[in-house]
Amino acid sequence: MTSQSGRQEAAATDAARPLLTVNNIEVIYDHVILVLKGVSLEVPEGGIVALLGANGAGKTTTLKAISNLLRAERGEVTKGSIECMGERVDRLSPNDLVRRGVIQVMEGRHCFEHLTVEENLLTGAYTRRDGRAKVRADLEKVYHYFPRLKERRDAQAGYASGGEQQMTAIGRALMANPKMILLDEPSMGLAPQLVEEIFEIVETLNKKEGVSILLAEQNTMAALKVADYGYILENGRVVMDGEAEDLRQNEDVKEFYLGLSSSGRRSFRDVKHYRRRKRWL
Amino acid sequence: MDLWNVLFVAPFADMIGSPRFLLEVIIGGLLTGVMYSLVALGFVLIFKASGVFNFAQGAMVLFAALTLVGLLEHGVQVLFALAATGIIMVLLAIAIERLILSPLVNQEGIILFMATIGLDFVLRGAGQIAWGSNVKPLDVGIPDKPFEVAGILLNSFDLFAAAIAAVLVTVLAVFFQKTGVGRALRAVADDHQAALSVGIPLRTIWAIVWSVAGIVGLVAGIMWGAKSGVQFSLSLIALKALPVLILGGFTSVPGAIIGGLIIGVGEKIAEIYWAPPFGGAIENWFAYMLALVFLLFRPQGLFGERIIERV
Repeated sequence: MTSQSGRQEAAATDAARPLLTVNNIEVIYDHVILVLKGVSLEVPEGGIVALLGANGAGKTTTLKAISNLLRAERGEVTKGSIECMGERVDRLSPNDLVRRGVIQVMEGRHCFEHLTVEENLLTGAYTRRDGRAKVRADLEKVYHYFPRLKERRDAQAGYASGGEQQMTAIGRALMANPKMILLDEPSMGLAPQLVEEIFEIVETLNKKEGVSILLAEQNTMAALKVADYGYILENGRVVMDGEAEDLRQNEDVKEFYLGLSSSGRRSFRDVKHYRRRKRWL
Repeated sequence: MDLWNVLFVAPFADMIGSPRFLLEVIIGGLLTGVMYSLVALGFVLIFKASGVFNFAQGAMVLFAALTLVGLLEHGVQVLFALAATGIIMVLLAIAIERLILSPLVNQEGIILFMATIGLDFVLRGAGQIAWGSNVKPLDVGIPDKPFEVAGILLNSFDLFAAAIAAVLVTVLAVFFQKTGVGRALRAVADDHQAALSVGIPLRTIWAIVWSVAGIVGLVAGIMWGAKSGVQFSLSLIALKALPVLILGGFTSVPGAIIGGLIIGVGEKIAEIYWAPPFGGAIENWFAYMLALVFLLFRPQGLFGERIIERV
């Protein structure tokens, strides 16, 4: 009893206490397919953390393990633990997690096509019990960040453009009044200009609303620009992590993910085989 | 030439010849149509929210009616019996969610459809084991008296049924369009995963939808049961709801109503005016033929949600 209260005090004094801690998790789909082989990461309160890696590296699976959308896809966290604000959350339903302030914006936007943009946003407030007035106020806040959505509020979301749909999806998550957003591949299928716009908004949301963000992205450059810290996944393992700035300067990251190298642009074919095969561990 | 006359001239001449009779036929058709709509409504609700074509809707109608009659036979008061049946339908919905939908989550639509076929047999069997398989009259005290308005023969029971249907539809429309839960139901209908991701609890939503469909089934069961007695064939009216759905669209509440009315009226008119050249009994297959025509030209139905495709 005493040790527990002691620990709580210690935690309260520690300002940089992580909001989310993923501790060495292993994820198996359908009881046979091992997708994550020990992923650990931390998201500090108020931070933006990028989760980088190629297709199939396990970024989406990591996010879904946290938000617990995995179970609906027959996936399961078989080892390790996920803690949010010091509490184990790996057995909670997505509904419980949203109530606790962790919400995922899924890859590919997933708007409710036949609902209007505004109705889409309002569904985000489904778990809230703090009254209509507060929800209304938050709706206005979302419109403030995404003025374009206000113009399109009565349009069916299915007919909105890709960028508007992505904004709707992010706005919908904001309506849940989250502490943390798990943002999966917001740049997917969008023009570079829009990608920039959306990342700017994400950054503003983080600064002004204090929402922590775990961002899974293939667009390494864009992600490392907004993030404070980054993890690089490869084949279901974290192979490298560090401050966003350090990662951007790192030669290997430059070459593998940013397409840059010290000796200028080179064709992938010319890179020596062992170099291509190089792993981070 | 003779065929032309029989198919395209004589029926219309008949209609114009006695407009009052035509009006009576149309009203009769509309009132039957309301009953079809009530059954189709149950289908639409479940299809909208869970994407499941619930083959067991007819059995749910039968089950509700049998339960109600059974309770009445045991001397339970009408209002109590209604409430109890309503509660039983809600419990049934929760059981269906627990035992059928939950384990099959994320499966193909066809698999869920097969599951509802199984459910159909179970419900029919269970209803009959519990309450027997005789034809039973159902009397919940709705007045059934014919009367005449401006020379047109009407029946108070049919009008009552129409009023009930109107109230039911209004309540459902408001529920779906104006309330948070209704919005969540529509969201679930659009995208299960996204609904899950914003914290809408799918299982609760499904239980709610099946409960509502059960209650709608109960209303349909009362209406049909009071009209033609509670019997096994009650579950077959579900088949009549099929063309109604194709006509109105599987996802539209107003579509179910209007589809039902069109089928009801079309059937009656076809039976009265076009039956002779076909040797009678058009009523039984007319609806299906109409549905077929619709499938060719407007597969999403009159009011079905358009399949959104962005270019």
